[in-house]
Amino acid sequence: MQEILSLYGNIAGLTPQMVIMWVIGGVLIYLGIVKKMEPSLLVPMGFGAILVNLPNSGAVTQTLNGVLTEGPLDVLFNAGIANEIFLLLLFIGIGAMIDFTPLLANPQMMLFGAAAQFGIFFTISLAILFGFSLQDAASVGIIGAADGPTSIFVANYYHSSYLGAIIVAAYSYMALVPIIQPPVIRLVTTKKERKIHMDYNPRSVSKTAKILFPICITVVAGLIAPSSVALVGFLMFGNLIRECGVLNSLSETAQGTLANLITLMLGLTVASQMRAEDFLNIRTIFILLLGLVAFIFDTIGGVLFAKFLNLFLKKKINPMIGACGISAFPMSARVITQMALKEDPTNVLIMQATGVNVSGQVASVIAGGIILSLVPLI
Amino acid sequence: MAENFLASLRVMGLGMLGIFSVAVALMLIMMLLTKLFPAKKEDDKNRDGE
Repeated sequence: MQEILSLYGNIAGLTPQMVIMWVIGGVLIYLGIVKKMEPSLLVPMGFGAILVNLPNSGAVTQTLNGVLTEGPLDVLFNAGIANEIFLLLLFIGIGAMIDFTPLLANPQMMLFGAAAQFGIFFTISLAILFGFSLQDAASVGIIGAADGPTSIFVANYYHSSYLGAIIVAAYSYMALVPIIQPPVIRLVTTKKERKIHMDYNPRSVSKTAKILFPICITVVAGLIAPSSVALVGFLMFGNLIRECGVLNSLSETAQGTLANLITLMLGLTVASQMRAEDFLNIRTIFILLLGLVAFIFDTIGGVLFAKFLNLFLKKKINPMIGACGISAFPMSARVITQMALKEDPTNVLIMQATGVNVSGQVASVIAGGIILSLVPLI
Repeated sequence: MAENFLASLRVMGLGMLGIFSVAVALMLIMMLLTKLFPAKKEDDKNRDGE
């Protein structure tokens, strides 16, 4: 009888906080499966949150009977996230997926990508005002990059103790772009502005330009922000193998198998940072709120920049495309295109929106590199 | 409090200045690339080669 009771003794180790984390994990799984919000990340994260919040869970490193037992999630975390390898390999896949033609055809769209990173720096400032250290503020502000790997890269670089909350915020808000952006855009624009018609005059881009682009970007970004070389370089390497035309099998592997494999491990592994004792505190809620602020002010920054430019331009820009400068590709471009069609069914902004959205991908990675370079100087 | 506020403004200012300066540099590079290697000439070359 004693043996039977001791078999169930582990249940006594269950705490209310662990059960709350099960609920949070369940919510992430629900959002991923039922609402189809970033399922490739939210489902593994949700499941991982449950795995790590079981008493004496063998999935994470534990001291059992005085013996330190390494858990596989911590092993994977140290092998791939702590040293940022998973993120950089994922960036190769992401780079291989991106077609920079709309941006190369309209290079001025790059400015909207820059403007839409305003939320990052605004949030860093806000976090400092609320008492976060500069490193933690940078780790929280980078949620506004709307780029999961960049967020994890920066937060991990500063060994932020809020990594779990930052990752949950980054990926959840990326999936919530269709809900977050429209009301913010409507708040800072007038109906007349949202109806501004933009013509699209496509310019062809040569293969040579498309091949040289990733090389040039890497050199320039590396010279200005050397801390960003890994991020930018791996992203641009992925793009180079896509555009060169002689590495199609590598490009397909990067876009498909590599990206899927890393995503699979990433989602499950980052959940090792979602232990109840680290995750459930007031700071986590604060970080989730600051992450939302970052997204909102990214949108506002991009839109207001477009409105500012319109003061000087004869041929006006539809300010909504400024909101596409966040890195949530292609979701943001689709959202803005839909909003424009709703205002005027003849106003098809998909190409302009895609150009800005693609610039946002580059700008968010550059922003991450700038933060890494800037923080030690302040 | 005032020091923190000034530090936060500095972060915001330097950050936006940094990202815009890089964006302008990248924009100029893209313009240069598309000017030096225009699509039309390459298309003509490929057509002549066929």
